[in-house]
Amino acid sequence: MDQLQRHMLEKVADLHAVPEGAYNIRDNGKLAGRNTTANIDIVSKENKPGIDIVIRPGTKNESVHIPVIISQSGLKDLVYNDFYIGDDSDVVIVAGCGIHCGGSEDTEHDGIHTFHIGKNARIKYVEKHYGEGEGTGGRILNPTTIVHIDEGGYMEMETTQIKGVDSTIRDTKADLKDGATLIIKEKIMTHEDQYAETNFQVDLNGVNSTADVVSRSVAKGRSSQVFNSKICGNNQCYGHTECDAILMDEGHVNAVPSLDANHLDASLIHEAAIGKIAGEQIIKLMTLGLTEQEAEEQIVNGFLK
Amino acid sequence: MLELQDICFQVNEDSREKGILKHVNLKIEDSFVAITGPNGGGKSTMAKVISGIIKPTSGKILFNGDDITELSITERAKKGISFAFQQPVRFKGLTVLDLINLAHGEALSLNEACHYLSEVGLCAKDYINREVNASLSGGELKRIEIAMIMARGTLLSIFDEPEAGIDLWSFNNLIRVFENMREKIHGSILIISHQERILNIADQIIVLADGEVRAQGTKDEVLPELLNASSEACSTLLNKVI
Repeated sequence: MDQLQRHMLEKVADLHAVPEGAYNIRDNGKLAGRNTTANIDIVSKENKPGIDIVIRPGTKNESVHIPVIISQSGLKDLVYNDFYIGDDSDVVIVAGCGIHCGGSEDTEHDGIHTFHIGKNARIKYVEKHYGEGEGTGGRILNPTTIVHIDEGGYMEMETTQIKGVDSTIRDTKADLKDGATLIIKEKIMTHEDQYAETNFQVDLNGVNSTADVVSRSVAKGRSSQVFNSKICGNNQCYGHTECDAILMDEGHVNAVPSLDANHLDASLIHEAAIGKIAGEQIIKLMTLGLTEQEAEEQIVNGFLK
Repeated sequence: MLELQDICFQVNEDSREKGILKHVNLKIEDSFVAITGPNGGGKSTMAKVISGIIKPTSGKILFNGDDITELSITERAKKGISFAFQQPVRFKGLTVLDLINLAHGEALSLNEACHYLSEVGLCAKDYINREVNASLSGGELKRIEIAMIMARGTLLSIFDEPEAGIDLWSFNNLIRVFENMREKIHGSILIISHQERILNIADQIIVLADGEVRAQGTKDEVLPELLNASSEACSTLLNKVI
């Protein structure tokens, strides 16, 4: 691995070396490293780009890292990754994509991830998106996440895009069976003229299924964000969606939370709050000795922590 | 230590100038000074003028001999002025530990940070990693605010009605906190309060009413008159009612 690859891996997957356990590293559209374990298999797809990650039932305390890094300006990378999480397993999956764009052409990665989460399985899915580079070409990331959770299954999804991505459209669709739970925590910060669009749709089909979709975002510069979140309650269920956004400079945020209750015992809540940093927060931190700029940084960093 | 020279603060209300502070002259040298007086008398405004949140219309503020009138909030904080708000601010995402570390100026060990929380009667392990958000009650926020001021440990600490919002049960502990602080802190404490028990432990009491200093002196000089005046007010009211 060269220095740039190592740096990008650290940014998208907090990796300082080759990870322990199962992993698949994709570099400029090609396989750059893979490891499987007795319980976790990774197989390249034959008819299209991408991999199948198959986790045996009952696998506990194991992790899979599948980072993608792109440093070739102008590359448009499309990948289909399917995850089969066996019943009763408990695993952590770390994905993420980093683009280093050094040229004038747009560089793009579209990752389509489909999760099949087995009965009573638990999964934590961490996804980071990051862009950098001195080039003028756009850094574009369009992740699609499709989640099917079987009875009693649980998924916690942490998705973060803090820096350097010029354009992103992030689609997440989920359907949940009886007793299944989905927790989504999204964090987004956009700068300059960047654009970020998030579309969540969660179908709560099972009895006592639960979804909590929370997004925190900061729009700086002239950047623009759209947050669409729709929760459909098709059974006795509980759903909550929340969008909390800080506006700075000439930032723009459009939040459209939506609830669709199709069952008498569906309990659905949405919240959305958008506004600039409260002046009293900045003043409080200034009375502790911080400058106005330092106070803003602390507030934003804490908000997205 | 702190000197206010002819401080005025005016606001425009219904196209008329209204004086909130009217030619306030004060010298504060003592270690524990209480400011009291009726609501709307200008106490909180004075605290904000000292900490730099409000710029006075005219007058001068000297701190340790330096003219700080034109200094920003940050510059005054760095010179050694701390200010505990009457209504503490909530922060989504920042934890109690984050704020105590920011107040101290550098990261404290967990033990040191917990010490400040224990001092204000909060069980440190329950609070240290909590977000300072809407899940905390007003009383909890007030104590965290006081802990932050203790963590700063500056030359001058200003508290704006620290007892407001704190239940009676905890009030005794709060008095103890200020008694302790009085002994331990090396600087001065300026505390806006209506509580007789806080006034009782002050070296000096200043009465501010209608934007003017009405009395200044030791508790023996000021307190009897103050209590007498309040009982007179009560008896006047009582007479009217009867």
